[in-house]
Amino acid sequence: MQVEGITKVQELIYSTKVETVMATDVVILDPDMPLEEAKTILKSKRISGAPVVEGGNIVGMLSMSDVLAALENGKLNEPVRETMTSQVKTVSKDSYLIEAVNQLGSRGFGRLPVVDERGKLVGIVTPGTMMRSLLHEMDASFQQKEAEKLQAYRASHIFDDIISDATSLVLRFMVDDRDFSNAGKASSTIKKSLQRLGVAPAIIRRVSVAVYEAEMNLVIHTDVGGEIIVDVRRDRLKISAVDHGPGIENVQKVLQPGYSTAPQWIRDMGFGAGMGLANIKRCSDIMTLMSEPGGGTRLEILFRFGQHELGGRAATGKRS
Amino acid sequence: MKLRDILETLSARVLVDHQGMDEEIPMGGAADLMSDVLAFGSEGMVLMTGLTNPQVVRTAEMAGINVVIFVRDKTPPPETLELAEDSGITLLITGYTMYEACGRLYKAGLPGLGLVKIENNTW
Repeated sequence: MQVEGITKVQELIYSTKVETVMATDVVILDPDMPLEEAKTILKSKRISGAPVVEGGNIVGMLSMSDVLAALENGKLNEPVRETMTSQVKTVSKDSYLIEAVNQLGSRGFGRLPVVDERGKLVGIVTPGTMMRSLLHEMDASFQQKEAEKLQAYRASHIFDDIISDATSLVLRFMVDDRDFSNAGKASSTIKKSLQRLGVAPAIIRRVSVAVYEAEMNLVIHTDVGGEIIVDVRRDRLKISAVDHGPGIENVQKVLQPGYSTAPQWIRDMGFGAGMGLANIKRCSDIMTLMSEPGGGTRLEILFRFGQHELGGRAATGKRS
Repeated sequence: MKLRDILETLSARVLVDHQGMDEEIPMGGAADLMSDVLAFGSEGMVLMTGLTNPQVVRTAEMAGINVVIFVRDKTPPPETLELAEDSGITLLITGYTMYEACGRLYKAGLPGLGLVKIENNTW
């Protein structure tokens, strides 16, 4: 987290232009006004310094410490011009923040006037203005990340937060037949949900492959589509792919690797090689296929989480 | 091998970029049979294929594959590109044929899966 934060700040410092963070309502001083008046302006605006501008050009900077020095020497009635610092460092509005950071840091200046390409004053940056804009940017990206984390946290603790003798979370997905453009959508959503629930990555991978094969079967082989039901418990996950399609003539035969009834156009898309059920079986802990001609098909796939039980308790291992 | 080296070795172009060119790629594989990809695909590998339909991207997503390379300059349809944008899959395209694309990467040091052992001996 620490490293991530630093990287984000660095990224922003190197990619944000001075123009976007500078304050544009700059308080300016006239070189000919008495110091007394400048002091009043700085005090009323609650700032510790300001650029001195003559005809749109910066001719100097006057800081509160300059004013204090003048006060000690009894020079408050003299014009600003006499006391101001006339060697002024500026930064271009088109520079990246890193330049302003370096200028402010290395010289110990509290503020840096920003100029346009013709050298005219267009704004000012202080550590404060930079900090505010960086924090604002960081906050936006941070909030997004935090929202994701929070969702994942909530989901992964559902089995701790919702109490029952046997809590189970059921997700249902409708799968249309022959809808190739959406085929896999349910599987993709299931994969993301399992990630949020905190299922171990190795198990997610097996589930993803199995449920995707099952979904493709619904798309390819049923003429009415079907339903995928995911039943998640703390210790295991059961997926049912159910359809009221034509059913399977010979269940033993479709379980043989390489046996396929898929039409050519499905094969042309890279599917229907007769490996689906074999692959599902290989990925899962238990696979059951029930079907009869005209009676639809029900495929059930079970995955045991083993030592990767869901919930905060299992994840941290602190409580038992 | 870094994704950048793969791009160079295949004189490939980037169609959809999610990974960044410094991504370390552990191995490569090639198939036109998506069932094979699902069965033998390995986490993080690059997949070379001559198929360009959206299911290639779905298959990659499900098999934990982040990078897909289309061979012999077969340009995928917009649906495939869109799905890749949404699902975080990087897509490349090369003018080499499947055989030569594989050969060039293997020669450049990108390993394959090795001898495939089938645990469950039914297929």
